[in-house]
Amino acid sequence: MIPLPAPKQDVLQRRAAIVAGLRDLLPESGLISEPNRLKPYETDGLSAYRMPPMAVALPETTEQVAAVLRFCSRNGVRVVPRGAGTSLSGGALPMEDSVVVGLMRMNRILDIDYADRCATVQAGVTNIGVTNAVSANGFFYAPDPSSQLACMIGGNVNMNSGGAHCLKYGVTANNLLGLKIVTIDGDILDIGGHHLDAAGYDWLGLLTGSEGMLAVVTEVTVRILRAPEGARAMLAAFASNEVAGACVDSIISSGIIPVALEFMDRPAIHACEAFAHAGYPLDAEAMLIIEVEGSTAEQDDLLGRLSAICNRHDPISLKVSQSAEESLAIWKGRKGAFGAIGRISPDYLCMDGTIPTSQLPLVLRRIGEMSAGYGLGVANIFHAGDGNLHPLIMFDANDPASFHKAETFGADILRLCVEVGGCLTGEHGVGVEKRDLMPVQFAPHELAQQRRIKSAFDPDWLLNPSKVFPLVGPAAGPVLSMAAE
Amino acid sequence: METHPVPTPAEAEIAERIGSAARERTPLSIQGNATKAGMLRPVQAARTISTAGYSGISLYAPKELIISAHAGTPLPEIEAALAEQGQHLIAEPADLSAILGASDKPQTIGGVVAANLSGPRRVASGATRDHVMGVRVVTGAGELIHSGGRVLKNVTGLDLCKLLTGSHGTLGVITEVTLKVLPAPEASATLILPKLPPDAAIRALSLALGSPFGVSGAAWVPSLPGSGVPAALLRIEDFTASVSYRIERLRGLLDVAAAEIVADDASRALWRAVRDATLLPVGADDAVWRVSVRPSAGAEVLRAMEDACGARGFLDWGGGLVWLAAPASTQAHAAVEAAARRSGGVWTLMRAPVALRGAVDVVPPEVPALARITARVKAAMDPAGILNPGRIFAGV
Ligand SMILES: Cc1cc2nc3c(=O)[nH]c(=O)nc-3n(C[C@H](O)[C@H](O)[C@H](O)COP(=O)(O)OP(=O)(O)OC[C@H]3O[C@@H](n4cnc5c(N)ncnc54)[C@H](O)[C@@H]3O)c2cc1C
Repeated sequence: MIPLPAPKQDVLQRRAAIVAGLRDLLPESGLISEPNRLKPYETDGLSAYRMPPMAVALPETTEQVAAVLRFCSRNGVRVVPRGAGTSLSGGALPMEDSVVVGLMRMNRILDIDYADRCATVQAGVTNIGVTNAVSANGFFYAPDPSSQLACMIGGNVNMNSGGAHCLKYGVTANNLLGLKIVTIDGDILDIGGHHLDAAGYDWLGLLTGSEGMLAVVTEVTVRILRAPEGARAMLAAFASNEVAGACVDSIISSGIIPVALEFMDRPAIHACEAFAHAGYPLDAEAMLIIEVEGSTAEQDDLLGRLSAICNRHDPISLKVSQSAEESLAIWKGRKGAFGAIGRISPDYLCMDGTIPTSQLPLVLRRIGEMSAGYGLGVANIFHAGDGNLHPLIMFDANDPASFHKAETFGADILRLCVEVGGCLTGEHGVGVEKRDLMPVQFAPHELAQQRRIKSAFDPDWLLNPSKVFPLVGPAAGPVLSMAAE
Repeated sequence: METHPVPTPAEAEIAERIGSAARERTPLSIQGNATKAGMLRPVQAARTISTAGYSGISLYAPKELIISAHAGTPLPEIEAALAEQGQHLIAEPADLSAILGASDKPQTIGGVVAANLSGPRRVASGATRDHVMGVRVVTGAGELIHSGGRVLKNVTGLDLCKLLTGSHGTLGVITEVTLKVLPAPEASATLILPKLPPDAAIRALSLALGSPFGVSGAAWVPSLPGSGVPAALLRIEDFTASVSYRIERLRGLLDVAAAEIVADDASRALWRAVRDATLLPVGADDAVWRVSVRPSAGAEVLRAMEDACGARGFLDWGGGLVWLAAPASTQAHAAVEAAARRSGGVWTLMRAPVALRGAVDVVPPEVPALARITARVKAAMDPAGILNPGRIFAGV
């Protein structure tokens, strides 16, 4: 288990006064402090880690957020911002001495502007909520994490979330225009706006993916796009990971950038097929789902070119969908992947490294060897166009030894990702989960530099501390000294 | 593989020079080939650090859509290497010599990233900052750090790539950048809607940008090369068959009888002129501004500036980028500020005599609470305050 920092005893001792002070700042029922009602907030998508906070504040306005943060800052109370709590890296995991600031009551769409192709929403609007608000007019919000029914825009911004279609449309950072943020001092700031480029520093870019450590986001202005005329998928299955990897290379080299290019290995294919009955080829070692967009004629043209490319790599099978229904069937297995793994193994860890795509065969081979070594099953799902790998490690949570092995296995995979030229996390964030692996990717002085940037926003380290940066080791020193500065 | 950055000899030298300047508190002017020295505020510095000598493509993996180059690599060298593999830079950075004066040396990739220069494709495919996947930087303390890497998706730690991109050498000296690249489209064509005034043009551009047809350029020019009439321009880039199809669908959607189509080389030349702002008539004593606003406000900014001081201008990014030229004066600058503010947008002073650049806010000043954060971030990256001091904000 990854350790959390010791709570501030003086804060715990002042608990009653802090709760009362916060209650005064919030509407009726806007503060939760009863232990049984704190339970839903004690964990996030990394459910092996649990810790009830002192209290949960549920503000309804930016001004209330500001009042809460000002209060916490004056009283030295740590704050953990929270959206839907779907983070897979423990980003929203509370600390014992913290106040969770939940944005879920700020769930209004504030403005939609089709002429300027943008929408302003409160941080607690769900990802799908944005698309739902504009879809009747033929528009959509592009980043589409698999958790999109639940996860919230504020969480997406803070994790810089991606989705299956980010090969074409980019991740959250590429689809934002503006933010309203509240600093730990309680200052309300507008960052960006409705225009494309910042003049001066790119605070919008720095805040995106900052995992709740720099400010609390209360409003977000996103770009909305007109939906394509249509989209269709194809499925290609291959006899080895190497061949499928070579096929991905050929596709990219051909000048076609599909909207989505998903790779599944044999265990993933089997798990998803057993769950979704999508008609996946069970004799394949690897499978690609490729999606294209455009008019029917354009789809035909691209799918024809892609089929020709796949055919040069001796596919075991090739299925080009002829209709929206057939495309849905092809996607059905992939979209149900988490549920599918969950059926085989009630507990699994979803890893999230990125690798240079050329390293895929090597990395999958090494993961296979580790899987045998640890005696734990693993299924690999891979955003093949951009190198983002999601190994799902299966374990038994009732057996602490099994969980420990799974965590060690996961860490080994992430070290391997960095070793081959990639990184620890492509879209799920560092959180607590990968915090202690940061020294694999960054030298102590580089971590110190990032910490100094955090200190510039949050000098006393009250906003989501204990995430992202290791608590111990040679680079930990500056935290304390800088907090004192 | 070594994952922590080890300085190359050139980086070690830059680090050493910055380290000693920091100890002496000697202000440094940071540049590549100094092609952008004429924009923003003038820098008072005792010494110059140039990355121009640190040149060369260090990694190019076309199948992974990734290129890395030392900061001093001339942009044309990178463009040529990409073209050989049928690829290109997504944000099509401008060559601003028409505005900033011709230089005998080309702009460097480090300068392009430090200035976050993006061309017409910005409206569809993002800015340069969206495609910076990794940077190596020497901080003002003389330490080499890296952020990001050489993969397309990376959220590990704070995104200093975005902080450094567009920071104009004030937070660190970029020594190497890694950019995402894409296949260059097979074909390109432009639908020209002649004789439209700016507001009607923006409505047409907006309709087109809100269509499913993948418009990758949307501009308005007061005087089309050749005919001299004002016109809205819409670009489609894709496979040949798609380009023909989409251009026809756009023509149908916009229903402009007199619309013309130009293809391939002619289309590319037109967008180069938009990208590089060569269509902007700039007099010897003129200042030049870029104003970034919500697209629907572009025409209003143009009109306000014409009324205030006879400024000339054109529009890119569907109306969201206004290029303006007018005789350099504090009054003209005040008019730009007022027009940008009314529209909720921002301005950048791209060119002006040193006296004016030193006297006005070259970009919008930050509110005090943000300015405090800026000062602390500057101190975190450049504790001695020696890197391009005052280039963006006085005192930063
Ligand atoms: C089944 C499943 C599938 C997933 N699929 C994907 C996927 O395809 N792609 C992907 O990228 N991720 C995916 N995720 C991860 C997760 O959904 C994303 O990280 C998401 O953006 C988190 O949003 P949230 O609202 O749940 O945020 P939370 O989990 O509540 O918080 C995430 C982080 O952001 C901070 N935060 C939240 N809101 C704010 C705010 N308003 N201001 C400041 N800080 C804030 C929190 O402190 C925390 O550090 C998946 C998760 C699950 C459970």
